Amino acid sequence: MSGINPAAPRRRSRFSELALETLIRILGFSTIGFVGLIFLFLLREGLPVFFEVPPGSLFSARWYPTFGIFGTLPLILGSLLVTFLSIIIALPLGVATAVFVREVAPRWTREILKPIIEVLAGIPSVVLGFFGMTIVAPLVREILGAPTGLTAFSGAFLLAYMALPTIISVAEDALDAVPRGYRDASLAMGATKWQTIWRVVVPAARSGILTAVMLGMGRAIGETMAVMMVTGNAGVLPTSLEAIIRPVRTMTATIAAEMGEVARGSTHYHALFGIGIILFVVTFLINLTAASAIFRARRKGGLR
Amino acid sequence: MIPGRLYRWAALACLAAGLAAGCAGRTSGGTNQGAEAPAKAIASIQDIGSDTLVNLALAWAEHYMSDHPEVRISVTGGGSGTGIAALINGTTQIANASREMSVEELAEARKNGIEPVRFTVALDAIAVVANPANPITGLTLQQLSGLYTGVITRWTEVGGANRPVVLLSRESNSGTYVYFLEQVIRLGDPKGKALFSPETLLMPSSQGISSEIQQNPNAIGYDGLGYVTPEVKTIAVARTAAGPFVTPSARTVLDKSYPIARPLFMYTAGEPKGAVKAYLDWVMGDGQKIVKDIGFVPLAGGGK
Repeated sequence: MSGINPAAPRRRSRFSELALETLIRILGFSTIGFVGLIFLFLLREGLPVFFEVPPGSLFSARWYPTFGIFGTLPLILGSLLVTFLSIIIALPLGVATAVFVREVAPRWTREILKPIIEVLAGIPSVVLGFFGMTIVAPLVREILGAPTGLTAFSGAFLLAYMALPTIISVAEDALDAVPRGYRDASLAMGATKWQTIWRVVVPAARSGILTAVMLGMGRAIGETMAVMMVTGNAGVLPTSLEAIIRPVRTMTATIAAEMGEVARGSTHYHALFGIGIILFVVTFLINLTAASAIFRARRKGGLR
Repeated sequence: MIPGRLYRWAALACLAAGLAAGCAGRTSGGTNQGAEAPAKAIASIQDIGSDTLVNLALAWAEHYMSDHPEVRISVTGGGSGTGIAALINGTTQIANASREMSVEELAEARKNGIEPVRFTVALDAIAVVANPANPITGLTLQQLSGLYTGVITRWTEVGGANRPVVLLSRESNSGTYVYFLEQVIRLGDPKGKALFSPETLLMPSSQGISSEIQQNPNAIGYDGLGYVTPEVKTIAVARTAAGPFVTPSARTVLDKSYPIARPLFMYTAGEPKGAVKAYLDWVMGDGQKIVKDIGFVPLAGGGK
């Protein structure tokens, strides 16, 4: 403000500028500090389990915390199964929607669609979970012939819907960043609109679409409530393809379901925080992959 | 420009002052409360024991304290044994127990000059429930154990339809989980090693169990009798194949013909007097109204 008004007294403006700048800097750094503190807390509460329980049984196939059996393998695989399944469902839907909104839809349709997609992001997960329990689960049981509708697939289906808004809006931004010249050149060469979209625009935006998928995955793996309500929470090791339509137990649901009653400082308590650490590491790796994809694309000087 | 900036700083100062005032206000409020409190004599009651009873005991204490601010009741879990030990040592006025005191415990109490008095405060019955479309009407404890350990996997093996069995349970931290494990899966054998089948779906809430039972003809579940809704079918249970098959109700629980039920007790050291007596009278009188909400069976006639 004072920069554009040379008439303002110099000293004061410098002082206030400095004060504000310091304040903003403190606030910015405090965010990093909070993340660091949370991570430290997680380590302090969770690391003991890696000493209390031998690594062999920590990654065994049974999770019976009430009887001192802490095998986290079914939980880790359960989370991964549900997450990957949800991305397999959400990726084609999300990219197709983004292409439609950005490239195909007339202006008025786009104006209606975009806010609706944002509303989709705002649905509380417990509401989706309830919807899943009463509508999706019976359909899964009847159509796919599973013994129960509370399956990995039902959870993945809901998660796909939760990841969709993220995937659509990020993918749409990526498509938006493709220069107009690409489209014009393609059309001028005699390509149809369809060919232009699938052979030129989407490939040019692929790193942005990859980022969208990674962000969607980050959203899906951390989701708790809806997953806890529809996946059945049975700690079975998902070993065959059939596991898709069988119940699974995820890491997040385990923490949420058991943290309420666990005795502070017990092995079970540390084990739950240990699962938190594993979850944190997995999410961190996913975000890191996404960030490096963006970084690589930027360095190439290409498009997002 | 300058007045604008001054105004901004003034606003910031006001904000800071407001925060300080808010803090000061809260502190002075605290001291006021402290000054008022000693005007009335506070009767404080310790209530220690059974983890099964702890939620009910907490609910009772909260209700009672809101109507009787002169009484402070602190409820602690830890198990029936813990509560009884505290009663024998004289560190608690009320011990919650989900079993009767053993002969040894009674002898030890008498040695300390304490004559424990037993009050039945509620009944805990576990109802076995299934979908109304399931033709099964009765099961023996042996069959239930076979089902829940995963030995029996199809309903035909217990005389039902040719369908897979889907097992439902509450999360492992609930009191009914442990009781069901001990009394049904291990058939009351304290040295039993049997566990829930890993295929068991662990539901985060009673609502989750009844919702899945209602829509899935393959499912079988159990829960506190107070949580059973009319939309599900209650299965009659027999101790042996010869019968009789008994459905749970306040009557069959009280006359002990229903096998998966137990009375819940509060023990006092000697005949209760004063605030403890008033509290116990309330528990067995008006307090029975909230018993059903916590999932237990209220006393029919009340009393010892």
